[in-house]
Amino acid sequence: MNSTITQQRYTNGKPNLRRFHQARWDEEIIYELNRPGQRGLLVPEVEEGIEAEVGDILATLPPAMRREEPPALPEIAQPQVVRHYFRLSQENLGADLNIDVGQGTCTMKHSPKINERLIRSPQVTAVHPLQDESTTQGILELMYRFEQILKEISGMDRFSLQPAAGSAAIYTNVAIIRAYHAARGELDQRDEVITTIFSHPSNAACAKTAGFKVITLYPDENGYPDLEALKAAVSQRTAALLITNPEDIGVFNPHIEEFVRIVHEAGGLCSYDQANANGILGITRARDAGFDLCHFNLHKTFSTPHGCGGPAAGASGVSAELARFLPTPTVEFDGERYYLDHDRPDSIGKMSPFYGVTPNIVRAYAWVMALGADGLREVAETAVLNNNYLLHKMLQIPGISAPYAPGKRRIEQVRYSWQELYEETGVHSEELGIRAADFGLHYWTSHHPFVVPEPNTLEPTESYTKEDLDEYAAVLAHIAEEARSNPERVKTAPHNSTVHSIDHEPLDDPAQWAVTWRAYLRKHRIES
Amino acid sequence: MTHDKTIVYPYIPNSAPQTKAEMLRATGAKGTDDFYEDVPEKLRLRRKLNLPNPLLSEAALERHVRELLDKNETAVTHLNFLGAGCYQHHVPAVCDEVNQRGEFLTAYAGEPYDDHGRFQALFEYCSMMGDLLNMDVVNVPIYDGFQAAATAVRMASRLTGRYEALLPRTIMPGKLSKIRDYCKTDTTIRLVDTDTKTGQMDLESLQELISEETGTVYFDNPSYFGIIETQGQAISDIAHEHGALCVVGADPISLGVLTPPADYGADIVCGDIQPLGIPMNYGGGLAGFIASHDDERVVMEYPSRLFGIAPTRVPGEYGFGDVAYERTSFAIREEGKEWVGTAAALWGITAGVYLALMGPQGMADIGQSIMARARYAAMQLNKIPGVQAPLFEAPHFKEFVVNFDQAGISVAEINEALLARGIFGGKDLSHEFPHLAQSALYCVTEIHTQADIDHLARTIQEVLER
Amino acid sequence: MKKQGLIKLGLIVNPAAGLGGAVGLKGSDGPAIQAEARALGARPKAQARTREALQELLPLRETLELVTYPGEMGEDIARECGFAPLVIGSIQAGQTTGTDTQEAARAMSELSVSLILFAGGDGTARDIYEAVGPSTAVPVLGIPAGVKIHSAVYATHPRSAGELARLLLEGRISRFREAEVVDIDEAALRQGVVSANLYGYLKIPFHRRLVQNMKSGSPTGEQTALHAIAQQVIDQMQPGRMLILGPGTTTRAISDRLGLTKTLIGVDVLLDRELIAADANEQQLLALLDHHPAQIVITPIGGQGYLFGRGNQQISPAVIRRTGIENILVISTPQKIVTLGGRPFLVDSGDTAVDQLLAGYIRVITGYNEQVIYKVNFLALQHFS
Repeated sequence: MNSTITQQRYTNGKPNLRRFHQARWDEEIIYELNRPGQRGLLVPEVEEGIEAEVGDILATLPPAMRREEPPALPEIAQPQVVRHYFRLSQENLGADLNIDVGQGTCTMKHSPKINERLIRSPQVTAVHPLQDESTTQGILELMYRFEQILKEISGMDRFSLQPAAGSAAIYTNVAIIRAYHAARGELDQRDEVITTIFSHPSNAACAKTAGFKVITLYPDENGYPDLEALKAAVSQRTAALLITNPEDIGVFNPHIEEFVRIVHEAGGLCSYDQANANGILGITRARDAGFDLCHFNLHKTFSTPHGCGGPAAGASGVSAELARFLPTPTVEFDGERYYLDHDRPDSIGKMSPFYGVTPNIVRAYAWVMALGADGLREVAETAVLNNNYLLHKMLQIPGISAPYAPGKRRIEQVRYSWQELYEETGVHSEELGIRAADFGLHYWTSHHPFVVPEPNTLEPTESYTKEDLDEYAAVLAHIAEEARSNPERVKTAPHNSTVHSIDHEPLDDPAQWAVTWRAYLRKHRIES
Repeated sequence: MTHDKTIVYPYIPNSAPQTKAEMLRATGAKGTDDFYEDVPEKLRLRRKLNLPNPLLSEAALERHVRELLDKNETAVTHLNFLGAGCYQHHVPAVCDEVNQRGEFLTAYAGEPYDDHGRFQALFEYCSMMGDLLNMDVVNVPIYDGFQAAATAVRMASRLTGRYEALLPRTIMPGKLSKIRDYCKTDTTIRLVDTDTKTGQMDLESLQELISEETGTVYFDNPSYFGIIETQGQAISDIAHEHGALCVVGADPISLGVLTPPADYGADIVCGDIQPLGIPMNYGGGLAGFIASHDDERVVMEYPSRLFGIAPTRVPGEYGFGDVAYERTSFAIREEGKEWVGTAAALWGITAGVYLALMGPQGMADIGQSIMARARYAAMQLNKIPGVQAPLFEAPHFKEFVVNFDQAGISVAEINEALLARGIFGGKDLSHEFPHLAQSALYCVTEIHTQADIDHLARTIQEVLER
Repeated sequence: MKKQGLIKLGLIVNPAAGLGGAVGLKGSDGPAIQAEARALGARPKAQARTREALQELLPLRETLELVTYPGEMGEDIARECGFAPLVIGSIQAGQTTGTDTQEAARAMSELSVSLILFAGGDGTARDIYEAVGPSTAVPVLGIPAGVKIHSAVYATHPRSAGELARLLLEGRISRFREAEVVDIDEAALRQGVVSANLYGYLKIPFHRRLVQNMKSGSPTGEQTALHAIAQQVIDQMQPGRMLILGPGTTTRAISDRLGLTKTLIGVDVLLDRELIAADANEQQLLALLDHHPAQIVITPIGGQGYLFGRGNQQISPAVIRRTGIENILVISTPQKIVTLGGRPFLVDSGDTAVDQLLAGYIRVITGYNEQVIYKVNFLALQHFS
């Protein structure tokens, strides 16, 4: 009997498409669970002894400072809170559950569960950042060791683990660049930062936030950063080049050293956005290409989980010359003890209230320690192999193409284009992506603006099996075929997801948008 | 190069040699080196990275990391009275349960279809914060309270077109440093005096400094020293009279008992939600919030994501999405509106769970519990000869300044002695604010029992008597 | 869904559109070209394209009143798709011209249709503009059926046109944007000469999810970019130096910001924040240049990114030389650059020496403190397919 079931799951040796259906609880908004008088948690009562001495503490407040009405939070008992949130979690497709190769540039790799156990130790959770350093030698040592690891991976001389995420690390680097030029009296003159359209948009945004003018380069006809364009952009006004490499379309800039040389000659600094480091760990290093700064995203390359959009962690690396500008404090070792160095007069100051996103630093450290040098090399090579294997499968789908870098291999991701399919069928890439949800898959197009038309960016990482990649490609092939034979099915997706097609128009209309439930009730004149 | 025997890594399925060979064949590559053809030979690292030997077995890895971390002392083994931006409150077990579920933990940027749960959980967090703050718009969390404050100040600059912000002189120095750096390109920061007795804002100083150039008047409530600012209405009135906006940094766990800043005229409210169900994490458990009224002009200035509720094609079904996705700025110089990136969403979900568990009564209870305990602690310490607590004559929430000048001992010495006796004493303020001399910032929350507080008082007394 | 009785949709099909392309002719305006194309075996695509669009509208059949012109200008294909159209006007079958398109559009506008959906190419867009432009009243939307369409009033795919139309008629679209109608001299183009002019602007519907349709950002996003670019240009103005503003909405944003009017498809001259010449011709510009230094501010026109084409009679090579190549300021929204799909800007001023000076890489102002470095080619380097 069993063998019949197994056989029916395959056709011509290939697994059938998954008959997926996401959890659909039709779950209320939490306010609709409100039942007056219910409590989810009780708070330690004030002891009689305290009350006797203190009296009615709220009476010591002037009436204007005393909250009149308790906040209109929902009243819910504990089991119902648990149930509500667990249902919502079921309606969420974390990387733990799906073949998450569709979120290109995000490096959705496996977050080892042992690391989850480690970060929940009281030696992490119950430690206050201002404790005497004699009581925090463990975490300081871990941070110090992790810094040494990052130095070796990148070739840089110092790191700060203080930035809370990748963009924060980019901003930190820009602030360092700004301080460097200011110290040399050249900040007024050097007010331009150069980046490329396929670098992460935060490079441009952070530079602008820090007060620079941003010059964006478009690629040459093969999709590589255009060296001639760089030469046209560079001048005495150049403060820095901020560039992601490999870029978001998956190609490595073979002239990266030349780029650095040209900018250095003009007196600018070069910062390497290593958000896409996963394919080049142990293969090539930022410093060797001449970069003065770099940054890593610990929640990408270094496996820390993405948390629905954070907490994340960033690491900013610099050359020895720039180390004095690093955020305060840095983690130091004097041969006997680890300590925080707050005495850094040239520092750009504090980027975060304390020292970094500790749980993610612990996770990242543990991840590297589990792999070692050979393991990291294996990570990079497997990620690249997986990506090129998937590329090979994807290009077999009629209607898709991988623009740029004709005939070339890619590093760890590819930005595809469904333009051919669109011209044939009128079905957009975004619509194909939404239909992918019906098979338990994510799929991301690209940052805006869509330079590559009808884009689709896939990044397999090293965490997926060959069969996973085959399944992903098979689903996209199926959806592409549906776009031809049954476009309505695609255009009206999703069908097997938690909710159905969302009308986004109200979200752009100030009279209708509602970021909170109270706003929603008010604007739609609903009695709560 | 040494020849390493082939290891198959648990995290890397395709490191199995047979699979690798199959896939290479499919791509037509001879080896993985083929894929790096664009990397110039000069840039190729032809040696192995010099990293510590790997701990391939999970058991060895766990042991190593635990051995490292065991060198830490914690607030479990010690009695902790430190605050100053990171707080020890009770973390409900349900909060941990929810934020360790893999579906939430490992999700990222899926659509509002496959990640509906995340959108709803975050919308609910924003909604509950809206209730707490009495405001209609709350952002999806950003990095921390410092970033929130700095961003809020810049938003106010853009909204008013005036690039000067007034902050209290006794604002947390780290926060000031962050705001100064972040606003360096456009907004000038000027400091307003605080009253030496009450520690609250000196309204005369404010009146003197404020002008037609001022875009923002900012203060924290409670302040860095734990003082409850009772002049909120007056301050925001002064700000508004001069055409400036009033921005207030609030502690969300206080808002069950304290008037929300919006009710005394705050235009933008910001802060950190770490007290709401997030462990201390050595300072690595922070998440910032920014809130405002639902004014289109203000909404357009948020550099972070805003999730809104929307109908789907099925009647009665809720969906979600980004509000004003292509947000614009009416002040052209800042049309980049800073940046949007990965920040602290899971903490937002956690804080939502916290607020749902607590409900209105829980928030009122905890506010009261905290205030009573802090007050009790100050009173007990004040009884000790040579100790003055609180240093400032004003209502406090959970923190207060303790001064030891009369006891003829430095905070450093006291804290060292306390540490030897298993207590983390309050933050030494003598370097940050020399004019306060030997003062420390003590934090007392709902987790401190009467016995804990009495123990602290007795111990300090012992130490001083030596 | 708005309940408003029957919603009126106007449909105009240019039956000859797309005739030339398949047989290697550029464009298909004029009976001579059409005859040549048919002789070469060409079959018009307009009907098939229109069918694809109309199929998206079938769900609205009961609430829609389709107003169209007889026979091959819309009636036939509408009936074929299952609609029961209201037919107005009259034509000579097999000999329809642009005048018929214009009359049709005018009549439909008078009937207060909610949208005019038209199938054709650049020529058709110009006819629609002649009838119902400038952009204030009835919204329009093009179903692409021409060879190579430069005008931005077209959807990128017939289905998308149908879908956008349906959303508008269902009341689910409330925003519109201005889109360029471009005047390409087809005859010149066949000789390999680029002659592009901005003809005018029409109002088209905008929907966020289908933003790719129109190859551009949202109205609000684009508005911001325009404000920012304008502010940047104004901030770098120098006293006593004229601004010669080329055609387009991007340059118009500068005038807007200064509280001045702008000749949308012509060249205006500003000096010290005042308008000193509106819709100036070459002679007027040269005369002004005798007295003041200047900066020429231009924006690429059309889907092909022309900076200077021979159609630009005002900003001639003489004007360019007199102003100085180094005083040319190119401005563009980021969205418009993206629509070029990596193709460089083109210059064909009529003076090869001037073209050569402009070719290479140029700085483009794309926002406040934001620039792009973009490639410029001149015609001799450009191959037309």
